[in-house]
Amino acid sequence: MTSTDTAGAGAPAPAGALVADPVLDIRGLSVDYGFDANPTHVLRDVSLSLGRGEVLGLAGESGCGKSTLAYAATRLLPPPGLITGGEVWFTGRDGRREDVLAMTDARLRQSRWQDTAIVFQGAMNSLNPVFRVGRQIVDGIFAHRPKWSKAQATERAAELFEMVGIAPDRLRSYPHQLSGGMRQRVMIAMALALEPQVLIMDEPTTALDVVMQRQIVEQIAELRDRLGFSVIFITHDVSLLIEIADRIAIMYAGEIVEQGPAQELYRRPRHPYTKGLLSSFPPLRGPKTELAGIPGAPPDLSNPPAGCRFAARCPHALGRCQAVEPELGPTAVPGDATARRVACHLHDGAQPVPLELALTR
Amino acid sequence: MTVDANLVTEADELARQSQAPKTGFFSTPKRRAAGKPPRLLFLRSSKALWGIGILAFFTLIAIIGPWIAPYDPDAPSQALLQPPSWEHWVGTDHLGRDILSQLIVGTRYVLLVGFVAGIAATVLGIIVGVTSGYLGGAGDETLSALANIFLVIPQLPLIIIIAGQLPAAGGLTVALVIAVTGWAWGARVLRAQTLSLRRRDFVEAARANGERSHRIILFEILPNLTAIIASGFVGTVTFAVLSQITLAFIGVTPVSDWNWGTVLFWAQNNLALQRGAWWWFVPAGLCIALLGMALTLINFGIDEFVNPRLRSTSANARSLKRRRIVPRIGFTPVVRTAHPAAPRTRKEPTA
Amino acid sequence: MKFLLRRSIFYVITAWAAVTINFIIPRLLPGDPVAAIIAKNQGKIPAEAAESLRILFGLDDSLSLWDQYVQYWKLLFQGDLGLSFTFFPTPVADVVAQGLPWTIGLVGISTIIAFTIGTLVGTAIGWRRGTWADSLLPITTFFSTVPYFWLGLIVVAIFSVNLGWFPSSGSYDRGLVPAFDWPFISSVIYYGTLPALTIVLSSISGWILGMRNMMVTVSSEDYVTVAHAKGLSARAVMFGYAARNAVLPQISSFALSLGFIVGGTLIMEMIFSYQGIGYTLYQAVSTHDYPLMQGCFLVITLSVLAANIIADFVYAVLDPRTRQEG
Ligand SMILES: Nc1ncnc2c1ncn2[C@@H]1O[C@H](COP(=O)(O)OP(=O)(O)OP(=O)(O)O)[C@@H](O)[C@H]1O
Ligand SMILES: [Mg+2]
Repeated sequence: MTSTDTAGAGAPAPAGALVADPVLDIRGLSVDYGFDANPTHVLRDVSLSLGRGEVLGLAGESGCGKSTLAYAATRLLPPPGLITGGEVWFTGRDGRREDVLAMTDARLRQSRWQDTAIVFQGAMNSLNPVFRVGRQIVDGIFAHRPKWSKAQATERAAELFEMVGIAPDRLRSYPHQLSGGMRQRVMIAMALALEPQVLIMDEPTTALDVVMQRQIVEQIAELRDRLGFSVIFITHDVSLLIEIADRIAIMYAGEIVEQGPAQELYRRPRHPYTKGLLSSFPPLRGPKTELAGIPGAPPDLSNPPAGCRFAARCPHALGRCQAVEPELGPTAVPGDATARRVACHLHDGAQPVPLELALTR
Repeated sequence: MTVDANLVTEADELARQSQAPKTGFFSTPKRRAAGKPPRLLFLRSSKALWGIGILAFFTLIAIIGPWIAPYDPDAPSQALLQPPSWEHWVGTDHLGRDILSQLIVGTRYVLLVGFVAGIAATVLGIIVGVTSGYLGGAGDETLSALANIFLVIPQLPLIIIIAGQLPAAGGLTVALVIAVTGWAWGARVLRAQTLSLRRRDFVEAARANGERSHRIILFEILPNLTAIIASGFVGTVTFAVLSQITLAFIGVTPVSDWNWGTVLFWAQNNLALQRGAWWWFVPAGLCIALLGMALTLINFGIDEFVNPRLRSTSANARSLKRRRIVPRIGFTPVVRTAHPAAPRTRKEPTA
Repeated sequence: MKFLLRRSIFYVITAWAAVTINFIIPRLLPGDPVAAIIAKNQGKIPAEAAESLRILFGLDDSLSLWDQYVQYWKLLFQGDLGLSFTFFPTPVADVVAQGLPWTIGLVGISTIIAFTIGTLVGTAIGWRRGTWADSLLPITTFFSTVPYFWLGLIVVAIFSVNLGWFPSSGSYDRGLVPAFDWPFISSVIYYGTLPALTIVLSSISGWILGMRNMMVTVSSEDYVTVAHAKGLSARAVMFGYAARNAVLPQISSFALSLGFIVGGTLIMEMIFSYQGIGYTLYQAVSTHDYPLMQGCFLVITLSVLAANIIADFVYAVLDPRTRQEG
């Protein structure tokens, strides 16, 4: 059984089985909330690789830890977040490999935005209200390109604005003078300022209307093709993902329960949770309510159940699901791509996989 | 002092946010988990507990003061201007009067004026603040302009000229003058909070059900304002204590009423400083500081309750240090010590 | 500009309210102490001045309240605040005009120093929250709760009576002739050090605590995290993003608590017999000089209003959202 979490301490392991040339390789990442005696273990042993030039979609119900994963991998998680284990290997274009979690502050500062840039969930508060948006792009550039002239940096900012479809004279606007969609584009422009190799986008379109969502997603796809960066795209909306993502990972209650090529995962889900998630598109706007397709609610992470965390809501739960936690492994459906992984006892080969989770065509 | 004003703006800030802060000590009746009695959650704060402890001590002194004072505070003796000794723990003044007794007896006046002024100002503040927040429109504009005017006008000089022109400015008068000039802070915060409460579901629901305004205010809004009301009250008491002591110190109120400011009045007018009689003015000031500290601590407790982001992490600072955790924004600590709960149940070894 | 317009209207209303309060108070309170004094000084007070006092204190029952009010405003526009009894026969306006520069110098400068240092220290403590810096808070709290005047007494006892480093009272060496030269200015600084130190000591803690709390609140805003994510230097994030936003409520709080601070600092002048408005007010209170009291209050209120306008202006400069058109 091949496993992605070869937690070889420190030594960069050869490229994992799933991705040939990973630019970002998250291994066994564990995150707690709370500095006190009994913290909430929000992420447990999460492994995920992002290939060079790839768009990886990350989906899951609200509260399953998608943002936590993204912030922990960049060490931006606010207190009381605490990373309790794991590695995040970043591989540069020149083949340089570094563990983000082991970097010094100075090195981390240097690496941020150059290597990995983030577009945050909710762009409404992501811009400093007292500075012009142009200045906020330029100061990020200067932090990494101190030798650039002011004119050069401003020119770059104008170029970025044009790239995301905003008139460059908007550089002199304050955030409150921009609409929500514009602010979101400003954030994207800002993230692309230094041509980072990894772009993490945390629900970049949730606050926008459908038309705007499509526009922005298309724009990201187009920019990716042009500039060749890799993207981790986080969203609730799986239907949005299949348009843009090459690969999709599904999270549930702080764990990755399934991953695979986008189209395959979308057409032929192997995990009962994925199945449920796909059959119930959450509303694009409005409150994040419990998904109609899956009865029940996700477990309380401060007191997670034993065994498989999805067992209580699973229509196919077996006896051992309540007791033994499944591990991410290959599917038990013959003919599946080798890049597919699922964490479910139904796929351990001891019993036939239920028909709806074993579609082959 | 300025802490109060900060609370004003802070509550404003918070009210502006979409998720409005918790501003009641009790959850609304409708939201409270069934069976659980309402708990004064903020008592979990050790700061608040210290504050309440000190305040209780002074309250006790205020009640039993005249009986436990070792001497009559007005009785002169032969021991003129004596430093602290066994007979006079805090020394004596220029007439040989016992300063400790003056302080003990004076406590009652200080607390009484403080609380009467605090209660009166809070009631005024609630009436103006909640009405203006709830009514909205022109009434709101007028009332909040009124509150802002009272905020901008320097209170202490106003109190001084009012008290200075009154023929006899006794304790109760002083308390009322302080209340009339000092209600605006509370009103401002309460207005902001009422505004944000008014838009919330349960109030909207009550309005849609056709409940009467006064019932909504009494049963839906006020319970949610308890924390802010309490903090406004504590702030006003602090202000009242300082103001009345200042008035007594500059001799606006009758010097025959003992309070801590009166002690300082006598000290200042008899050159205690120049004579090196530190026992005459230091203890009185420390009493004021201690009482002020108690009130401020209580308010910190309330602040932290209202705004969880302020909750200090210093309580477990030592354990953090031991585990080498530096809680920082922007640089999540990485602590790789194996956690007891970390080992994960592995898949059963397949047969 | 809408913001500034709104604020200007508010200040006009407040100024009007302050004058009106000043008009009402002597009429509302029982007894006519001024009438008694005028009667006592019969003949010594010039007829015209007596007339002014009658208008200021509402002694003419023959006039309707409205007429009294109109006359009162007329007097004010002429700058006539009546005669001071204490400094007889100097007009109140002159007495007040003598004290005002001293107060503005002392209270103004030391308040600005306290605000600046306090805000900087608060920035640092709030930024390094959860570290040793938090242990400064209890000390700060203590200083914020002691009354200004008591701290003044202690400072005099230590630095003046015991150490003899600074004079305990006065505002300049009486042997000097006030002039714009170095000996005089240095003497003013020398005499002003202790009162200024006291004002700074007692008001700084409020700014430290307020800024600290705002820093803690602002530091968890998204844009601060974004600034970290951009890899900006710690200084740039701390000052440009966190403190730059945290200082806004700090400034509105400055405007709000000015009245309070000024009240407290005026008492300082009494301790140090510093020849400003506060000391004048003190003298007026202890000698029952009602016209002077009223005059002091009016001038103090108007000065605080002026300071408020400046604070508002600074706020408008710092916060682009207030500059929004329309
Ligand atoms: N400060 C905290 N203390 C304890 N638990 C927290 C804290 N912050 C977040 N959590 C928990 O961590 C879990 C993951 O949160 P996270 O924000 O990563 O979810 P998400 O998948 O991004 O959800 P969404 O789609 O709504 O953005 C949630 O269950 C949440 O309750
Ligand atoms: Mg999220």
